[in-house]
Amino acid sequence: MNLEFSEDQKFVQHTAREFLTKNAGLDVCRKVLETKDATHDPGLWKGVAEMGWLGAAVPEAHGGAGLGHLELVLIAEEIGRALAPIPFASSVALCTEAILQFGSEAQKQKWLPRLAAGEAIGTFALAEGPGDADVASLATRFASGRLTGTKLPVLDGEAAGLAVVVAQGERGPVLALLDLSAKGVTRTRVESFDPSHSLARLELRDAGAELLGGADGGAERVATLLDRAAVVIGFEQLGGATRALEITREFALGRYAFGRPIASFQALKHRLADLYAKIEIARSNGYYAAWALSSGNDELALAACSFRAAASDAFESAAQEMIQIHGGVGFTWEYDCHLFYRRARWLAASIGTASSWRDLLITRLVARQGQGGGDAHAE
Amino acid sequence: MDFDDTPQEAAFRAKARAWLEQHAKPRDPNAIAPNLLGERESADVIQKAKDWQATKFDAGWACLTWPKEYGGQGLGRLEAVVWGQEEGKFETPPNIYGIGHGMLGPTLMAHGSEEQKQKYIREMARGQVVWCQLFSEPDAGSDLAGLRTSAVKDGGDWVLNGQKIWSTGAHFCDWGMIVTRTDPNAAKHAGLTYFIVDMHAKGVEVRPIKQINGGSGFNEVFFTDVRVPDANRLGAVGDGWRVAITTLMNERVAIGAGGGAGRYRDLIKLAQETRRNGRPAIEDSAVRQKLADFYIQSKGLQFTSYRTLSALSRGATPGPEGAIGKAVGAPMGQEMAHFALELQGAMGAVADAAIAPQDAVWQEMYLGTPGLRIAGGTDEILKNIIAERVLRLPPEIRVDKDRPFREIPTGSVK
Repeated sequence: MNLEFSEDQKFVQHTAREFLTKNAGLDVCRKVLETKDATHDPGLWKGVAEMGWLGAAVPEAHGGAGLGHLELVLIAEEIGRALAPIPFASSVALCTEAILQFGSEAQKQKWLPRLAAGEAIGTFALAEGPGDADVASLATRFASGRLTGTKLPVLDGEAAGLAVVVAQGERGPVLALLDLSAKGVTRTRVESFDPSHSLARLELRDAGAELLGGADGGAERVATLLDRAAVVIGFEQLGGATRALEITREFALGRYAFGRPIASFQALKHRLADLYAKIEIARSNGYYAAWALSSGNDELALAACSFRAAASDAFESAAQEMIQIHGGVGFTWEYDCHLFYRRARWLAASIGTASSWRDLLITRLVARQGQGGGDAHAE
Repeated sequence: MDFDDTPQEAAFRAKARAWLEQHAKPRDPNAIAPNLLGERESADVIQKAKDWQATKFDAGWACLTWPKEYGGQGLGRLEAVVWGQEEGKFETPPNIYGIGHGMLGPTLMAHGSEEQKQKYIREMARGQVVWCQLFSEPDAGSDLAGLRTSAVKDGGDWVLNGQKIWSTGAHFCDWGMIVTRTDPNAAKHAGLTYFIVDMHAKGVEVRPIKQINGGSGFNEVFFTDVRVPDANRLGAVGDGWRVAITTLMNERVAIGAGGGAGRYRDLIKLAQETRRNGRPAIEDSAVRQKLADFYIQSKGLQFTSYRTLSALSRGATPGPEGAIGKAVGAPMGQEMAHFALELQGAMGAVADAAIAPQDAVWQEMYLGTPGLRIAGGTDEILKNIIAERVLRLPPEIRVDKDRPFREIPTGSVK
């Protein structure tokens, strides 16, 4: 048993932090957020692509860096720390991963090199309005190579050029690969809760698309993809949570009231200690999930649920505490707290809420206990 | 990163498994995990625990991480985890050595003279004599260094007078480790000295305390002119606080998540077997959310301790991060028990193990877990440790720090 990342993996992480510290200060996030019609920072996206991160888990034969998912999650953590305003979760954790897992050789040849190079930005379109999406009862239809329906909201939907769309096929749910410049696709901007990421509404009217992974077993495929993406996005959330705690800690040490640094008041110390514990509990679940993801272990089904719920809660708690502990200035546009608050909610809403993952966790735990199966790593 | 066994660990696991199969009865994996809080009182249980420890020791399965020269096996911490996982699958007597092996043994190894180590450690490992910890006092509580039990030098001996409290298992222990005040004129932390004390010595009186759960695992211990030879001093005169810190650092790791981690299986079963609004409780969304939270916290604590073990096995030393296990695990145990009683509805008021769901294990746990939240540091003390020693936030303001101990008010206003 070994729950630590290797020296090589830590080096990848270190390099990522260095690059992002230099090229992605919080002002970069703020600039996209405050620029009308901006969808992401193209310069940063190009830089990140040149570092090879977008194809970290893509084999070299398909234009990737041929590393692995352990490296990918560490990069995701750094992107989360930096609040990098780039469609990383959408393009890498969801779209690239979907093609990597389910694509035909031709689809891989066509798209993976372009996605890895950042020339194409991908996304994943599942939601159809309020509530957690139910794959079994989607209104969007796929028949004879044509998609019809409405997807709302689509993550980074204005930045993306390629979407993996989940729709109702003739024999059940399917995944379809859709070029967003295709005829029959209408894209409208939707105001984003975190304007450092764009959102869109997709109207699909007989838009030509191709199946990704066959006409059967689509529901399982969606579940697998979400589990895998949940781990990568969870690390992005973990990075954001950790950075929010660090900034808040620094602030509390430097801010004086009643003649003392506010960090010396036990009431605030205990809140920060609670937050630290929450983040570490999420992190430990994350390490387990990352191992399950990278090793193809069956434990991924439980680990992804646990980690995704814990990471969403940790980042949102951290962002909430951040504003509170900063006091009045934390509520100003000028301070960075709201960047974290927005990103935390945006990511939490991206692929199913924390409560829906908790629910799924219990469904899966009960099923496993019913099969007489235990825990692969019991206490 | 790999959560699976290495080939060496797998071989070790198989060996442990084979031995356990010969010497113990496998536990029914579907049986409710027993509640061991308050089960340490009967002489019969103590004897069974001692017999099991001797059997393990003689076969080379005791105190795996301790050096061979002191009766251990010189193995790594990960092997100890593997052993613990395997032993947990068998029906074995309650562990009465948590304090001795988890805390006092490491303290002896860190601060004892070679003579003391030779004399006590091997014997401690075999477990025919049992050790207790004599730290807390009625007038000190969380302010551990506010203790008043005195030790005065008299020839080659020290003479102890005073009272300790919350001493787990003292009523069946043979040796104790005690912190005393040897210089009341020195500042609070400076005037302390640490000793090994014979619990059968003249002047030592142990009075079990009846607790809210009906058990009597904790004790008051009174010392009246108890003579302790200077050879039983652990560390230098006046250096007792530093020695005590070693014990406490190990305590937090040892007590760890003892509250409820691992119990979520029973809780899920309970939610399947009880009904709410005419349906199995497990179908209720609020129930599912809570169950998931307990699972996530339990696994998080387990993997946090594995992360620590991975680092320790690579040569790191235990740090204050160990406080998370107890800070999160102990309150969680109480919350889980409370939630289980909520699920039971009216039966949550029935404590009869023959009638109450799951052998009333949750009723017992609900009564026992408040103690776990206090033992080894209250929630607040542990959060201070995380805040001050992990996050490096300013320490609490200490008005008593540089004053002679005798001038400091302590205890409660009567």
